[in-house]
Amino acid sequence: MIPAAFDYVRAESAGHALELLAEHGDEAKLLAGGHSLIPLMKFRLAAPAVVVDIGRITELSYVRDAGDHLAIGALTRHREIETNALVGSQAGLLAGATAKVGDPQVRHRGTIGGAIAHGDPASDIPAALLALRATMVIDGPDGQRQVSSDDFFTGFLETAIGEQDLLTEIRVPKVPDAGWSFQKFNRRAQDWAIVGAAVLVNGGTCGVGLVNMDSRPVRAAGVESAIAGGASAADAAAAAADGLEPPADLNAGVEYRQHLARVLTRRGLEEAGA
Amino acid sequence: MQVSMTINGALVSLDVEPRTLLVHYLRDHAGLTGTNVGCDTSSCGACTVHLDGEAVKSCTMFAVQADDCAVTTIEGLADGDVLHPMQQAFHECHALQCGYCTPGMIMAAVSLLDEVPNPTEAEVREGLEGNLCRCTGYHNIVKAVLQAAGGGGAGQ
Repeated sequence: MIPAAFDYVRAESAGHALELLAEHGDEAKLLAGGHSLIPLMKFRLAAPAVVVDIGRITELSYVRDAGDHLAIGALTRHREIETNALVGSQAGLLAGATAKVGDPQVRHRGTIGGAIAHGDPASDIPAALLALRATMVIDGPDGQRQVSSDDFFTGFLETAIGEQDLLTEIRVPKVPDAGWSFQKFNRRAQDWAIVGAAVLVNGGTCGVGLVNMDSRPVRAAGVESAIAGGASAADAAAAAADGLEPPADLNAGVEYRQHLARVLTRRGLEEAGA
Repeated sequence: MQVSMTINGALVSLDVEPRTLLVHYLRDHAGLTGTNVGCDTSSCGACTVHLDGEAVKSCTMFAVQADDCAVTTIEGLADGDVLHPMQQAFHECHALQCGYCTPGMIMAAVSLLDEVPNPTEAEVREGLEGNLCRCTGYHNIVKAVLQAAGGGGAGQ
């Protein structure tokens, strides 16, 4: 499958990328690791006139200890996050979820920023970032702004990133003592999750992000408030699908997904120590 | 546009369209047809090559993304007539049936051992999850990777 023709331009820095976006407007698409965009282009579901390659902006590839949170550059590759000692010790849920993305070849190329900018409810990483209460840093024509993970995922394949914006950093609160679990249910190795649950348990509170349980990545807010109110893992997990509208497809119907959300959330809460 | 890369140690520079995928650059433009196209949707791993030493799926990269990088394909593994230890292990363990997945399987396996030199059987299976064998000949493939890692898988 051959993508439609496009003009290629390589951004040399974050500032250069913003200039290129301003110049080309809505005709341009950013290319990071390419593991969301290139499949779309091969199916011709996306046919940008200009591809702005940000994949070599090394200044946006890093994991730093920033006091109360980890600062992760948007172009940090999955493989780096999966194996990074700081992520492992301070935000183990993110490392664990990242290790379940695709397969090793995909993780060598794909980036955290590219994965979340795609806004796919079937993706693993958004669920982990929702559970962890991460904050996204977005640079745009009017300067820099911070967007909470709750406000970042706005709809199916839609995020708070505007057409002339560049996602530059993901800020993940450090939770070295938290228990965590990433439950991914699929039929075959490497498949997307039919449903997934990212669970963080920190003292008497918890965060639960769900994969493929709505048109966008979502939290199981009812489970979180039940745990905060002293409910058991089993009782809290019963609320996992409340208020959510999961899709029906060849892999699973709505009711089966609701069932999976409850079971996976319970397993996740138990494994994470709730 | 001019896209240059080092393929199996030799510098190659070719004029291709930006939309040219790396696998087509290798096969159709550089004439290296050892790398196969299987699913063409980054699922099967038949097109796996090494980019700066790491396994990647060459159907899900534009050639221009590999500009100025080092690419190794299955043709670049052997040292003349001497097979790479992974190729030798696949040969000895009969780790193939039709052979279509074999180039990608070997490239993924070499990359896996670079990252996990002494894997368990489970780690080999997980490490090769991005490579599909439609003959379902996984058992001997796993055996070969363990043998290449020094685990003596062939005799077990």
